[in-house]
Order: sequence, then C-alpha cells, then structure tokens
Amino acid sequence: MSETIYEIRDLRLSFKDMVHKSIFKPAPEIEVLKGLSFDIAKGDVVGIVGGSGSGKSTLGRAMVRLLDPSSGMIRFQGCDITHLNQEALRPLRRKFQMIFQDPMSSLNPRRTVFSIIASPLRLHNFDRVTLRVEEALDMVGLPRDFKYRYPHELSGGQRQRIGIARAIATEPEFILADEIVSGLDVSSQAQVLNLLEQLVRDLGLTLAFISHDLSVVRRLCQRTIVLYQGEIIEAQQTAKLFANPASAYTRELIEAIPLPNLDQDWI
Amino acid sequence: MSFLTINNLTAHFGKRPVLRDVSLSVQTGEVCGLVGESGAGKSMIGKAVLGTLPLAIAATGGEIILDGVDLQSLMPKQRRQIIGAKTALIPQDPLTALNPSRRVGAQITNRLVDILGWRKAEAEHRALDLLGEVQIEDPERVMLCYPHELSGGMRQRLLIAAAFAAEPQLIIADEPTTALDVTVQKQILRLIKEMQARYGTALLFVTHDLGVVSKVCQKLLVLYDGMVLEQTSVEDFFTEPSHPYSKALLETTPKYTDPTGSLTPIPQEVLERARAQVAAYDRMQNHV
Repeated sequence: MSETIYEIRDLRLSFKDMVHKSIFKPAPEIEVLKGLSFDIAKGDVVGIVGGSGSGKSTLGRAMVRLLDPSSGMIRFQGCDITHLNQEALRPLRRKFQMIFQDPMSSLNPRRTVFSIIASPLRLHNFDRVTLRVEEALDMVGLPRDFKYRYPHELSGGQRQRIGIARAIATEPEFILADEIVSGLDVSSQAQVLNLLEQLVRDLGLTLAFISHDLSVVRRLCQRTIVLYQGEIIEAQQTAKLFANPASAYTRELIEAIPLPNLDQDWI
Repeated sequence: MSFLTINNLTAHFGKRPVLRDVSLSVQTGEVCGLVGESGAGKSMIGKAVLGTLPLAIAATGGEIILDGVDLQSLMPKQRRQIIGAKTALIPQDPLTALNPSRRVGAQITNRLVDILGWRKAEAEHRALDLLGEVQIEDPERVMLCYPHELSGGMRQRLLIAAAFAAEPQLIIADEPTTALDVTVQKQILRLIKEMQARYGTALLFVTHDLGVVSKVCQKLLVLYDGMVLEQTSVEDFFTEPSHPYSKALLETTPKYTDPTGSLTPIPQEVLERARAQVAAYDRMQNHV
C-alpha cells in the first residue's frame, strides 16, 4: 500500500436543528455523520455514493474543511486538520481542491474565466499566473482565448471544465468532485469523465468522487464507499461491490439503476 | 384511433426555430418517450400541447389534435377548458410546482373544484382515495401538510395523485424523476406505470435518460435541435437504432454492466450530420 493521503477516524458532524428549536432552549442537534472511519491512499479514485440525505456531500465538505466536524479526526498527509483555523488551513488548501456540482453558481458570473482561474493562484502567491491559467485551460481541453469569456457564454460542459481548471491550477494533491456530472447531458458527461480520468492519470491526482449515479462510479472509481444515513455500510473495491454487494442496501441501489435494455420486467 | 396527434408542429423564438416540423401520435393507453439532449426541444412539445409555452416562444405552424379537436382552431377559453379537462402534467421539480404557503390537500382538490366544478366534499374524498393509490400512508395527515414538510419522493407522489385526480386521458410527464435518487426513482416510475395502465391514460414522457425510456415507454422520438431524427418502437431502438445520432446517444450512456467499455462522447461527425440535417430543413423552409 502506498502513502495514505487522507486518514479519517470516527468523524462526527452535527447540525443544529432550527426547525425544532424551542424559543428558550438551544436547538437540538441532528447528527449527519455518525462516526466514519476510512483511509484514502495516494493515487486512489474513491467513489462516495448514497441516496439523498445520506451525508455524502457533508462528508466531502468536512474533508476539505468547508464544514467543521464535531468530533473525530481528519488527517491530511499526516497533518491533523480537524480543528485547524482558517488561517492555518490556508497554505494547505492549495493541496486539496474542490469541484462543485453546479458550475453556474460556483463560478462568479461577473468575472472572466481568467480571473476565476487566477484568483486561487494569486491567493497562494504563484508566479507566472497568466501562463498557468493558459496551461490549465490547455489541460481541460479548452482554447486559450476562453479566458476572456464569462461563465454565461459557456455551455454546461465547458463551465464544468472551468471548475476543473480552477481546481487543478494550484497543482493540488487531492481533488474532491461533488456530483460534478449530474447536471450534464450524457455526451458532455462522458467528455468530463474522460477528462477527469486522464487528469488523474497524468497529474497523479487523488480523487474523491461524490455521486448518486452508480454507473458513473463503476466506470471511474477503483474503490467505493456506500453511505446510508450518515454511516458507512460498505467500503469495497468497486468491482467486488458490484459483483457481490455485501449489504442489502447496496444491492438495492444497484438494482434500482434502469439499464437501457429491453427488460421491461425490471419495473 | 390516436388520442393526441401532432402534425408538423413548428415553434419559433424570434426568428430562431425551436421546433421543426414535429409530428407524433399517442394512442390511448400508450407511453411515448421524448428524448434528446438539453435544448433539443423535448419539453417544448409538452408545453405546446398544454398551451404553456414561454411567452417569447410562439407556435408558428402545424396542428395539435387532442381527441379529434384541433386545439389551435379554438378560442383561448374553450381551449383551456378542453386542455384542463382532458390533460394533466407531472412536472420535474415538485417543490416549485407546489405552492409553499398552501396545504397540499387543497392544492390537489383545487383543480377538481375550480376547473371541473366538483363539489368540495367530493373532491376531498377523491383526493384521499388517490393518496392511498399512490401509496401514501396516513393520507388524512398528509393532506394537511405543507410542501416543505414532505420528502422529494412524497411530493412527487402527491403530484402524480394530483395529475390522475380528474382521470385525464393524456398526461405529460416532464422529467418526473430527474430530481429523485435511484431507489425513489424506481418506485415513482413503477407508480406512474401502474396508474397509467389502470386508467388507460396516454402518456407523453419527456426524459433524457434512455434507461428510463427503455423501462416505461412503448415508442420514442429522438430529438435534436427541435427536429425529430428518429421515431421508432422501443424494441427497435434498443436492438438496432437506425439513426447514427441515436446510436451514439445510446453508446454514451454509462452502463454499470459494461465498466470497461469506453465512454465515448457523441462523435463530431455524428453531430455534423445531425446539424446538416437541421440546416437542410431550414434551407428548404426559407425557399418556400
């Protein structure tokens, strides 16, 4: 086994339940992540799947510290980042980047593509910013003059490529992709997945891929973690998981995917 | 005898064509799928039938015949009455389709009372029955809930109940399961299919998911940029799609049973060909 990039132990996270808050008492807590433990090795492509409300996005956001865990431990490259404050996190943030689900709301509509990709570079004091932005555009297969465009001038697939370009521009070690193809057409989905696969190979990235679409995960990820109501119910090599799902829930998830074939008894 | 017939329907956004000579027919009890990428105009067909096209888009030609009546020949009021009585919609996003400040029960009975002139008690009785039919437990309680108190799957069940409430003869389902996760999607598809079979409704099913089409539809239309590229039965489509674009669309859909198969985006030459077909049609129109 190669070097471990993420070490997660007994990770718990709760939110305040403001819906059921009484006026004078503090709000009750809802535990969203209930003690998760797993490792991600360098170079792994890990799928995180589960139904809606299973906590997969929350887990992702906790891993890149966009959310603060309540207890447990997250170690990134041996460094405990569970309770680091924003300032201490900043130099590390260069190394773990995130690609968001909806590129229309994660790209600032009032900025050009150049300024969007350049801002993390400036923040981390990179030199030769213009060149790096152009290289990032090359890597995601977009023409260099796209840097003058605004997000609304691009198609969904192109926007998602900008999201990817921004994430890889800072030369990260780890990328978290949260449902990045669910808003795309099948054809652009295939393009984005192929691109991601190629980048992982070429740049030696480690990738966590959050998705509700098991067909995509099957295609892309070597290992898969299945979440159900904030708990890991199965973590397994993807091939094994599909061939022989250990839990009934995983089996149900797999069987619920409508395959494009003529089996109308499925329903 | 087909219940809905669309002949050479065209629609324009300013000068730009949105639908190009779309013709289709749906029989009573039949499920017809409309597939294509985003922007192909698949939702627009449903909206044209229901008369809910966005203001900027105008139907500029062709006819829509619903149960033997040409809808465009009617006065708006008459048209609305016919559409209201004979058709219903299952929308994509149940949260935006429901009024957040009204209880869901009232939103189901509303249509029965206001448009079809049922008595209130009668409508409530029917709504309760229907909630049972769409497998909602404790329907009395759910009727009094607000939309935000229910899960996505529950909300979609409610809208299915609302759609079937007045026993319409045609239902247009516009991506009804896109917002749901797979296990819930399966339940909802099964439910729509069951209800459709029970009431013998004609169903126009808009989706981008070929997997879903293969499970619920009997025939389908493949659209590209507002033009029908292929119209065929589900059997033929999934054994041997005739148009290269259909074939490419099928190949680009990921299948978990074939993980090593390359995930090919739709090849440029196929797109070129589809575009050329559209351009040829446009040229012909400009000459007339």
